Amino acid sequence: MSEPFLIGDTMTGGYGKGPDILHECTIAVNPGEIAVIVGPNGAGKSTAMKAVFGMLNVRSGSVRLDGEDITTLSPQDRVVKGMGFVPQTSNIFTSMTVEENLEMGAFIRTDDFRDTMEQVYDLFPILRDKRNQPAGELSGGQRQQVAVGRALMTKPKVLMLDEPTAGVSPIVMDELFDRIIEVARTGLPILMVEQNAKQALEIADKGYVLVQGRNAYTGTGKELLEDPEVRKSFLGG
Amino acid sequence: MDLLNALVALTNFVIVPGLAYGSQLALGALGVTLIYGILRFSNFAHGDTMAFGAMLTILVTWGFQAMGITFGVLPTALLALPFGILGTIGLMLFTDRTVYRFYRQQKAKPVIFVMVSLGVMFMMNGLVRFIIGPGDQRFADGERFIIKARAFKEMTGLEEGLAIKTTQGITVITAVIVVALLFWFLNKTRTGKSMRAYSDNEDLALLSGINPERVVMYTWMIVAALATIAGVLYGLDKSFKPFTYFQLLLPIFAAAIVGGLGSPLGAIAGGFIIAFSEVTITYAWKKVLAYVLPDHLAPDGLVQLLSTDYKFAVSFAILIVVLLFKPTGLFKGKAV
Amino acid sequence: MTETLKHTLLFALVGVLILLEGATDALFFSGSWNSALVILNMGLISAIMAIGVNIQWGFAGLFNVGIMGFTALGGLAVVLTATPVIPEAWTAGGFGIVTALVLGALTIAAAVMITKVMPAGKPRALVLTAVLIAGFFVYRAIFDPAVSAIEEINPALQGNIGGLGLPVLLAWPAGGLLAAGAAWLIGKTALGLRSDYLAIATLGIAEIIIAVLKNEDWLSRGVKNVVGLPRPLPYEVDLQNDPSFVEKATGLGLDPVVASTIYVKAGYAVMFTVVLLVLLWMAQMALKSPWGRMMRAIRDNEVAAEAMGKDVTRRHLQIFVLGSAICGLAGAMMTTLDSQLTPGTYNPLRFTFLIWVMVIVGGSGNNFGAVLGGMLIWFFWIKVEPMGLLLIEAITSGMADGSPLKAHLLESASHMRLLTMGLILLLVLRFSPRGLIPEK
Repeated sequence: MSEPFLIGDTMTGGYGKGPDILHECTIAVNPGEIAVIVGPNGAGKSTAMKAVFGMLNVRSGSVRLDGEDITTLSPQDRVVKGMGFVPQTSNIFTSMTVEENLEMGAFIRTDDFRDTMEQVYDLFPILRDKRNQPAGELSGGQRQQVAVGRALMTKPKVLMLDEPTAGVSPIVMDELFDRIIEVARTGLPILMVEQNAKQALEIADKGYVLVQGRNAYTGTGKELLEDPEVRKSFLGG
Repeated sequence: MDLLNALVALTNFVIVPGLAYGSQLALGALGVTLIYGILRFSNFAHGDTMAFGAMLTILVTWGFQAMGITFGVLPTALLALPFGILGTIGLMLFTDRTVYRFYRQQKAKPVIFVMVSLGVMFMMNGLVRFIIGPGDQRFADGERFIIKARAFKEMTGLEEGLAIKTTQGITVITAVIVVALLFWFLNKTRTGKSMRAYSDNEDLALLSGINPERVVMYTWMIVAALATIAGVLYGLDKSFKPFTYFQLLLPIFAAAIVGGLGSPLGAIAGGFIIAFSEVTITYAWKKVLAYVLPDHLAPDGLVQLLSTDYKFAVSFAILIVVLLFKPTGLFKGKAV
Repeated sequence: MTETLKHTLLFALVGVLILLEGATDALFFSGSWNSALVILNMGLISAIMAIGVNIQWGFAGLFNVGIMGFTALGGLAVVLTATPVIPEAWTAGGFGIVTALVLGALTIAAAVMITKVMPAGKPRALVLTAVLIAGFFVYRAIFDPAVSAIEEINPALQGNIGGLGLPVLLAWPAGGLLAAGAAWLIGKTALGLRSDYLAIATLGIAEIIIAVLKNEDWLSRGVKNVVGLPRPLPYEVDLQNDPSFVEKATGLGLDPVVASTIYVKAGYAVMFTVVLLVLLWMAQMALKSPWGRMMRAIRDNEVAAEAMGKDVTRRHLQIFVLGSAICGLAGAMMTTLDSQLTPGTYNPLRFTFLIWVMVIVGGSGNNFGAVLGGMLIWFFWIKVEPMGLLLIEAITSGMADGSPLKAHLLESASHMRLLTMGLILLLVLRFSPRGLIPEK
């Protein structure tokens, strides 16, 4: 098997000097794929993603992007390398307009980013209508669209979403998943942490079930959904 | 006719001084609010920053005057202002490099920053007194009035005169220009937007590749400019005395908090609210009322709600009311 | 070197500095025992203020920058307690003033009631405004004539309501009480908000207290000052006229005039030391008690303490009132020492921020640190001026006499004070943030 585009390889580590939360955990994603991390509360799902993004002290193992070892880079440097990250909370600039949010997403770019902005608007048409409204006045689902749009503005090589559907209604959740599939179809690899395991695995090309910071089950979304063990333990039968 | 006279008296003693003072407070409060928004602490050295900027400008003004350079009808200080701003920017960047940056890297608590700003306040206060002395300095020159009271009376035939000092006119015009420039900068330029983004959501700003040190540097530069302009305008309008600038801290903070700490628009509104409250509450209304009311109702006393010595009490009372009922201020600041 | 030894040496250093001040006139010392005692007395008072601030900051993390106001209230307490009763003033306007003040308090109480009872909205705002405005005008209508009546009585010497004619030592606890009352009011409003807000609120209240003292002539004679306050110790003149004292002094080989001033100042020093030691002991006991441990627990983690069911705001109010009362007590002692109240001389740099330098340099959270900081920084506050002059003289010695720069530098040397204090504060905060005697 060839090297995946982005891989957090056998990562062990924790926050600062604190105890290890991840134990030899491996997460990977390839172009055109949606990889989903699921698991029970406190399993280290978000932690695993933060480790890939450099917000964690990875004591052993490594993170590689497109074959390059980026284990020691800061999150900011990883953004420059092409990683787009959407945090779970406070992921937009509430006092700024939608358009300004997108502009800030493109802050590190020195070229003309108007095309990218058009693409984002094409992907999330509602944002085009609300472009001059402060992002803080939008609904929960629209805010998540702004957050994803902001991350897309850097033209990332990989997009990471930390629980994008937290706190939105089921209808909005379905719509958001549709958009995420659309983004993935453009060839952009997507790594996502999800609370709503069932729905997330349905759209996932690859799923990781974490338990206590370790890989418990790995497979395609379909495989995991059909796995009786996984169904029994994590998907509620 | 009496109504007109009352209106003129009101304009002369309340509206014009209130506008000028409000502009000065607004500029000062803008500086405080920007520091709060970006560096997240209440800068107690702000009054002394204003004093320092004004002092540099005064020194340059004296230099110009000695060389025989003047600005015609306008005060020479306006010519000297850019030099004062540059010098203050230098001092601010130096202070940030030598003092504040260390605590930023330590991620110190806001109250530590406040305490550090006390130390900076002491040093700046000492520096200003050391260089120019603690006394009163007058440095306004050029034409003193735009309209003189007597000329106004002759022109209109009214009993009441209206006098507008040049410095009052300059204060308001300069404030409008400065505020317009500032809002243009914050809302239209890439750097300005990055400052707002950083103030709004620091972590996300970092994720977006915004360099915090650059944001902080621009903030100090803008704050230095605002403080110098506010200090010079206040000094031109009243007079320059280091201790007065220290005392301005209270109304300036009140203005910034009333408007909502961290909100530039709030700082401006707060500045005018505080200024007009101070002026109206400490103004003796006898004259205006005498024109408006029929003779038998004319007041005996001065009808002054509070003596001018209590003008600080006015800003303070407003501050307390806002803290009690709306701690985030009128324009939704950041702090609770 | 053990900690205890180091701390003892630091205290010894302060003692030696004060002794040198009396013994030699080399360098910046003056060689006058009188001056040494003056420094010692104010140093003791500063130490007490520093204890008050340390209780607030060191124990509870409260940032009070209104120390000046509480100190001044202590000074006012001396006037109100110890000056003789002026019956004429009371007959002329006493009734009016008391009525007006009661009415004012009732208005505010009514306003508070209205905010509590009525639902928020337009009617409440209207009623509230109406009550406040009506109350204000009634208050002024009663208050103003009473004030002018009082101020007309013998304005050269009195013109105020005078005091209660009680022994001056009673004024010290009274000063504490007065400051405690003001602290309670301000604490009620500003505690529980961000720490910066308490700072700004206290800064404001201090300015207002000073404004009241400066302008309410009926109360404190304003900028005309109240002089000749009663003192707990005999007057120098009386001592000099006392044959037995003169005899003793000459017996010790001292000039009676010098001996009398030193006798009085030493007497104050003894009294202040007793107060300081009592407060220090109490503060230490409080720090070690369960109450003190709880305070520090709250300071270190407010959220956790709140989760454990501690009423943080209430505790904060307690300690804020307590610390401010100590500052008020110190203020009363200071006014007694000066035997005059001069509202015009209260300056926040000297009475608020300098105390902060003392606490930080001494070691916040440690009572002994506060005492050391108070004494040491006070010594330097007094001596920075002659030190600065020495420095400037050294720097300018190469310059030509009569050069304007040299003249300016020499003239400005006295402003070195604030510069130096700021520098000391910044250096300590940066390189030794826990101070000379750190918290255990």
